[in-house]
Amino acid sequence: MGKSLYEKVFERHAVRKLPSGQYQLFMGLHLIHEVTSPQAFSMLDDRKLSVLYPDRTFATVDHIIPTTSQLRPYADSTAEQMMAFLEKNTKKHGIRLFSPEKQEQGIVHVVGPERGLTQPGMTICCGDSHTSTHGAFGALAFGIGTSQVRDVLATQTLTMDKLKVRRIEVNGKLGPGVYAKDVILYIIQKLGVQGGVGYAYEYAGDVIRNMTMEERMTVCNMSIEGGARCGYVEPDQVTFDYLKGREYAPKGEAFERAVADWASLASDPDAHYDDVVRFDAADIEPVVTWGITPGQSTGVSGEIPKAEDFREDERQTVLEAYKYMSFSPGQKIKGTKIDVAFIGSCTNGRLSDIAEVVRLLEGKNLHVKEGVRAFVVPGSHEVKRQALALGYDKVLTNAGFEFREPGCSMCLAMNPDKLKGRELSASTSNRNFKGRQGSPDGRTLLMSPAMVAAAAIRGEVADAREVFGQA
Amino acid sequence: MDSKRIKLTGPGIPVRGNDIDTDRIIPARFLKTITFDGLGEHAFEDDRLGDKAAGKVHPFDNPAYADARILIVNKNFGCGSSREHAPQAIARFGKGIVAILGESFAEIFYGNCQSLGVPCPTLDAASIEELMSLVEADPKLELTVDLEKQEVKAGSRTFSFSMPDGPKRAFIEGTWDPTFELLSAKEQIQKTAASLPYMNGFTTAP
Repeated sequence: MGKSLYEKVFERHAVRKLPSGQYQLFMGLHLIHEVTSPQAFSMLDDRKLSVLYPDRTFATVDHIIPTTSQLRPYADSTAEQMMAFLEKNTKKHGIRLFSPEKQEQGIVHVVGPERGLTQPGMTICCGDSHTSTHGAFGALAFGIGTSQVRDVLATQTLTMDKLKVRRIEVNGKLGPGVYAKDVILYIIQKLGVQGGVGYAYEYAGDVIRNMTMEERMTVCNMSIEGGARCGYVEPDQVTFDYLKGREYAPKGEAFERAVADWASLASDPDAHYDDVVRFDAADIEPVVTWGITPGQSTGVSGEIPKAEDFREDERQTVLEAYKYMSFSPGQKIKGTKIDVAFIGSCTNGRLSDIAEVVRLLEGKNLHVKEGVRAFVVPGSHEVKRQALALGYDKVLTNAGFEFREPGCSMCLAMNPDKLKGRELSASTSNRNFKGRQGSPDGRTLLMSPAMVAAAAIRGEVADAREVFGQA
Repeated sequence: MDSKRIKLTGPGIPVRGNDIDTDRIIPARFLKTITFDGLGEHAFEDDRLGDKAAGKVHPFDNPAYADARILIVNKNFGCGSSREHAPQAIARFGKGIVAILGESFAEIFYGNCQSLGVPCPTLDAASIEELMSLVEADPKLELTVDLEKQEVKAGSRTFSFSMPDGPKRAFIEGTWDPTFELLSAKEQIQKTAASLPYMNGFTTAP
């Protein structure tokens, strides 16, 4: 019996089996940021411990950073304090910080890949659940809590149980106007938000194979929304081409040796899977969430489903969602008025996301509907630089979108970007939880960048294929 | 407090609902801090405000549960963000929550609770429903979570629970805070590191 990529990478990194029966696993890359690391550094100090592998640890600031002016000190004194604490701790322990002052900073899951830190066959962790993003490269990447950040700082290892592996194949060809975001929202709708608990997701099939690295990152990013702590794609030529020449990628002959090693990590044809599911690309249309979990979604032509259509144990959450969102079963999702349009986040804040919106807007004399606040937040300074060089900012601002400084922004609203009151947002982010976007009763509809752009133009949920004429 | 977690006792507090995410347990605005101190009073803050506005009382605002030590929840509790601030807030609520009984837990939340020494035993839906009803009828009822016997006692009723062997042993033996245990294998850590292709310029095929 062959092995899956998950098993191969897990075995390479297993330091030993602990007396409890769990494994001690080496972490090849540890990414840290300002929100979940301060307490970990304090605990390290309390225990008089140092960082064991500072050169395998990289820091950035993303959650709290303002997207208007990033000049120091930040207007929010707590944000300033968190930033100062990160600077102090990284300096003290000799950890590389991608700094805002040098315009190196960005969302941790955008910066890691674009610098070539994220590589196939690595174990990667970060105090952030969307660390699953890095699985797009064929790495085992997962979110951890702050006490575990402390452990990784001190030992570069974690206590882990072996997960089961579910292979998810998406076969066929996606229709025009259907994106990676729609694929992952569709998968979560079908498998549920608890479906992945205990599993690593292996994404496969023609559709995944034909995706760019940035699209694969969008898919892997939301694995955690389906309950799976990590999700990955087997590395292939697309992966190797993406990595070649990046700052931290191997160079010259080492790169050739690396490619040979990476290629050997793909799952064996006779690998054992604990579960296999298959989806047909033809069944996927642009998806919009209507509820308070990322699994509560419908195709853009669809309606808010009836409670009877759900399993009995899901109905309570469905009723709660109707009430919170002010939706009624049977209502069309199309035509729902929006107040805010947000394009960004570790799910959809990369150059290709912005490029697609620009492509759709360009030359059409379309403008954001009056009364709608629309803004685009690049995932990193590198994304921003490239967008400016290509003139994307001009197309966006001419159409009425603000083009901001990089950060997590209104995905979780820890900076000044927040919904107000019961405002409804069309968002390319990853969570539509109650209060997620900064107002305790604010509401979120998750969708692809193209769909958010369409909603911004029309002032209501609309089919991007109709708005931009690609139906 | 002794690090061994064998028998945990105290009154219960039920919070009903599936898929309660960590944004609801502790909204992001409370993550703007460099310590975990003071988080306890903000646990479920927005759900509590929402209930108040609707003329209801959230269990965390109900004085009958002020002495609670054992939280009882339904399915997929703690999904979403990895923020350890969520279990830290729960553990710091009132007199301190020392165990969480649920139908199921999200994985990162479960691991965070293990790192804090808060066991999360899982019980079937019928047992959870009965436990919630018993506690709602008598908030003073003392519950005993026995990790060795894998059971919860509530008055005359006994419910069995499951817990994987790894976490169970860590709680019983008091080794749930793993830093020093992990560090004790420093030589093996360095040996594993050196064998990894990306640590040696891809000169070794493992």
